[in-house]
Amino acid sequence: MEVVLAVVIGSLYGAGLYLLMRRSLIKLVIGLALLSQAANLLIFTAAGLRSSQAPLIPKGAAAPLGEVADPLPQALILTAIVIGFGVIAFTLALFHTAYMRLGIDDVDQMQATDT
Amino acid sequence: MNWLLALPILLPLLVACVTTMLLRRRSAQRVVSLVGMVGQLAAAIALLVTVYQQGIVAVQAGGYAAPFGITLVADLLAAIMVLLAAMKGTAVVIYSGASIDREREAFGYHPLLHILMMGVCGAFLTGDIFNLYVFFEVLLMSSFVLLTLGGERGQVEGAIKYVTLNLLSSAIFLAGAGLLYGVTGTLNMADLAVKLPAADQPALATILSMMFLVAFGIKAAIFPLFFWLPASYHTPPAAVSAIFAGLLTKVGVYAIIRVFTLIFVHDIGFTHNLILALSALTMVTGVLGAAVQNEFRRILSFHIVSQIGYMIMGLGMMATLAQSDSEATRAAVGLGLGATVFYIAHHIVVKTNLFLISGVVERLQGTGRLQALGGFYRAWPGLSLLFLVPAMSLAGLPPLSGFWAKFALVKAGLQMEQYAIVAVALVVGLLTLFSMTKIWAAVFWSPAPPQSPMDADSAEYRRAQQGVGMMLAPIVALACVTIALGLAIGPIFEVAMQAGEQLMTPQLYIDAVSPQSAESHQGAE
Repeated sequence: MEVVLAVVIGSLYGAGLYLLMRRSLIKLVIGLALLSQAANLLIFTAAGLRSSQAPLIPKGAAAPLGEVADPLPQALILTAIVIGFGVIAFTLALFHTAYMRLGIDDVDQMQATDT
Repeated sequence: MNWLLALPILLPLLVACVTTMLLRRRSAQRVVSLVGMVGQLAAAIALLVTVYQQGIVAVQAGGYAAPFGITLVADLLAAIMVLLAAMKGTAVVIYSGASIDREREAFGYHPLLHILMMGVCGAFLTGDIFNLYVFFEVLLMSSFVLLTLGGERGQVEGAIKYVTLNLLSSAIFLAGAGLLYGVTGTLNMADLAVKLPAADQPALATILSMMFLVAFGIKAAIFPLFFWLPASYHTPPAAVSAIFAGLLTKVGVYAIIRVFTLIFVHDIGFTHNLILALSALTMVTGVLGAAVQNEFRRILSFHIVSQIGYMIMGLGMMATLAQSDSEATRAAVGLGLGATVFYIAHHIVVKTNLFLISGVVERLQGTGRLQALGGFYRAWPGLSLLFLVPAMSLAGLPPLSGFWAKFALVKAGLQMEQYAIVAVALVVGLLTLFSMTKIWAAVFWSPAPPQSPMDADSAEYRRAQQGVGMMLAPIVALACVTIALGLAIGPIFEVAMQAGEQLMTPQLYIDAVSPQSAESHQGAE
């Protein structure tokens, strides 16, 4: 399972970075979204994959019985997904404004503020 | 629970909520904003005093013990940074009163400023690497909006570069944090400092340290990751530029210092020598980039990059410990780290002030291009002298704060026999002086260009003059702080040295966060 996920994560990173290096604004924002998803999957995989119970303590026991899943990475990913959602929404709005204001969606032509 | 630690995070949040409700009432909003910042300043002073008297303070939110709860920690470095953030926040709020237009205020300038302050202070005070990520995102989001607020062409274009590169850095940071959890099973920084060496994975640890260096390096604008900074910092209004210039990159620098003194100290010979080399390249490229620029704020932006080099130089010189761990070397490394802390403090004050002055100049003459400026010494002699204070301090002339900062760094470097970096630092100091005299000559000393709005005494110029007094107040105050830092160097440097000492001894930080692990540590011995 780790191997499959590793390949998926690698492809996501590859695709994301490739899109970041394209010139179009739309591809840029898709690339950023792919990168953040790849990072989420990476956390999920790196924290360890195993088939196990939900981390609930049964009535009367002091600790969960048997092997339980680690809830922390999932909480991290949930947080990261929410943050990523907000950030991508802002980025889309910004890029739309940029397209309306500058009339171009070619990143290579945006050199007015460069040095 | 020690509320002092949570206050610098909760107070800006509260003020942001209140100012959001007052969006349509301009003056009420400003008053609340200013009161909030002054409150933040008071809280920051109280925090610094507490930390200075009691040593490192930690608090576990919700009362859960260390690696499980959310930890807030303040050592001297963090407390000093919070104080500086609050100080410049106050300066910028006063300055904004005259310089930020009605539209920007109606669209949430003040709430955003306070959310930014919350993110920055949170990043300084958190003791958890994932919370650091969250606070980074908080401050990034508000900085994105502050940068684009107004939607002028240059702003939008600069923002695209700024947003893209910072999101890339966040993605790398997040992946690094995830992998770090995979290796050690913890995210608490003090716990990481204990468990990462225990995991015995030196290769993985080095890879992770490089991921963090890239992620924080983009935010701190070190070579070769700084290109977004000079492309975006000169586009928003001067007040926003000033708060970005003084604070945002410094959060990146703080994060680098924190992880490379606490967590990634397994292979100092490699990682810190790399940081040292990067610091030299950062200094040189920044100052050379500034030399070819011909606009006030673009020159200043490149100087931020150059100064970042000095800040991580003290950290990079820790590499000497890999060769010899003698008492003398440790003392010199401590001096270097203390000098770094002092350098950051000096830089934040000076850089903010220079950006604020550039805002006044641009307001009075309507442009920031050096060719179109001039005649300020005749028309505004006081302002010209006020420019000289931070400019000469930045270049490192005695007795101003910049001289002492550079002096301590150079002294530490000589004690550690790092002659190459010392030579670079001295040459870059000279080039900085060249840049500052270039601005001085073009803006203040040279005669006013023909058709300057200052000669015409037009209605427009008279309108621009209104409110300049309010803009000058924080400039005067910051100039006084610069002079005071230089004249009262003894006690202030002693605090900085103690901060360096704390950075040198990560065990202090670990013990403050989790007393249990300290006991088991002593038991193991």
